[in-house]
Amino acid sequence: MNVVVCVKQIPDPASPGSLDPETKWLKRDGKLILDESDAYGVEMALQLVTAAGGDGEVTLVSMAPNNEMGGLRTGLAMGAAKAILVSDPALAGSDALSTAKVLAAAIKRVEPDLVIAATESTDGYTGTTPEQVAALLDLPSITFAKSIETGDGKVKVQRQTEAGYDQCEAPLPALVSVTAGVVEPRYPSFKGIMAAKSKPVEELTVADLGLDADQVGAAGARQEIVSVTAAPEREAGEIIEDDGEGHLKIVQFLESQKVI
Amino acid sequence: MSLSTIWVHAEVGGDKPSSITLEIITKARSLADTVEAFYAGDNADAVAAELGKYGVSKVYTVATESLQGVPVASAMAKQIEDGNVPDLIMFGSTYEGRDVLGRLSVKLDRPVLTNNADIRVEGDDVLVETAIFGGAQLVTTAFRCETPHLASFRPKSFVAEEGGAATPEVVAADVPEDGKVTVLDRHVEEHSGPILDEANLVVSGGRGLGDAEKYQMVEDLAKVLKGAPGASRAIVDAGWVPYSYQVGQTGKVVKPDVYIALGISGATQHMVGMKGSKNIIAVNKDPEAPIFGVADLGIIGDVHKVVPALLEALKGR
Repeated sequence: MNVVVCVKQIPDPASPGSLDPETKWLKRDGKLILDESDAYGVEMALQLVTAAGGDGEVTLVSMAPNNEMGGLRTGLAMGAAKAILVSDPALAGSDALSTAKVLAAAIKRVEPDLVIAATESTDGYTGTTPEQVAALLDLPSITFAKSIETGDGKVKVQRQTEAGYDQCEAPLPALVSVTAGVVEPRYPSFKGIMAAKSKPVEELTVADLGLDADQVGAAGARQEIVSVTAAPEREAGEIIEDDGEGHLKIVQFLESQKVI
Repeated sequence: MSLSTIWVHAEVGGDKPSSITLEIITKARSLADTVEAFYAGDNADAVAAELGKYGVSKVYTVATESLQGVPVASAMAKQIEDGNVPDLIMFGSTYEGRDVLGRLSVKLDRPVLTNNADIRVEGDDVLVETAIFGGAQLVTTAFRCETPHLASFRPKSFVAEEGGAATPEVVAADVPEDGKVTVLDRHVEEHSGPILDEANLVVSGGRGLGDAEKYQMVEDLAKVLKGAPGASRAIVDAGWVPYSYQVGQTGKVVKPDVYIALGISGATQHMVGMKGSKNIIAVNKDPEAPIFGVADLGIIGDVHKVVPALLEALKGR
């Protein structure tokens, strides 16, 4: 079974983000890392290929400016066989739909049995890209998976809902988006990290995918950030050190708010 | 300028229209002359009657056994192809809402603007507002494309109020394409309290609890205070609690009257999800924790001491 995992390489969420004052796009000029949300998808894909008897492989698909590969190498070090990276100056300012068009065109080249994505990225968190990719590829999709099994040409998924979960089934090929915690992602071993350096990464441009430059990037986005303003600051209140009576302060506070 | 027609993707929580649906309809009513809804699910007539109290004049029902994404998007797209074009379609930033929105954006080749907290019309522009960087900055974005515009909104962005009462016309919508996904079974997990993004009080736990078993303290406190339990991303990622518990930029945005953060340091990603709470109480060992910067009451202390003592003090009240 061949599985494609959509992975996003993002600025380190631990360092404060900022917007380019001119374009108002998120700055991505520093080193990029694998979005932690995607580590669950990579791990799930590796486990599904193993469960299917090990016949098949995991391919990573990513879109990033400046041929950035830091995050892809992490996924390859975990055990993915190869990667496709779409990198093109024309992609700057891409929105969710343009991103989905690029990812879908790249995924088509692999003809996978299953496509896995995270529910949403940590930096953009639009949360629609997986469904858009599925629509563009005309695949059935099950989003917000908390567990996945494959077999008999089908994928079975427990899908998170507001009330609990739905047990769903779709014929393969299909797309599934996974939530955090769906599996425990492995740490890349030293051997894995070394091996990742020589694994193939196919680099493509927008033209290689047969897309027009005006379908992607800022031109394709058809939306404009008109202003960015500072939100009103929240004032800190009373901060006290617990001397064994801290809980009584909370009781008083809850009383003052008429909660109890 | 006001908009002519807005469509709303209606969802049900329990057996009534969900809070988010009623919130969006209330907002839609203030922006447009006509508000219509699309609904896929059981008890359509009862749901439609409720939607009517909030001013919905027409409810399109979508018959499907599949997940909502494909069939609802296909029903909406069919109406639009046939010349019934609204100015705007509003969705909740929910599991179902995002699926329909994603599918529809491809069918119509329109961009989406998601996770918004507000919307307004200025001249010919439809503008939406969303918070970034832990709620530190507000971004206003304009649609630069043909209608219908597609946008999703976080729960509690608007206050639901009845008004513009109508008895909606209920129309079975054409569904040219149904999903290939079969729902074999629906599991409803028992929980007695309010749901997370609608609760008036939320108790959330983070990494500072130490281990997964200690999360029980959070559940217990939420139960005693009749609130909902929540979690930081760190412990969802660690598999202590499911994704549906996650409060944050990814996950859910909550705006309760009281938010209690236990063992949560206050990473940017978490702050965007709870900063809009009316009152914030934080308990954390680290005096430098960023959560204290937004807390109305901060207790620098060990959650394992403070919370059991608090539970004891609340017992029997």
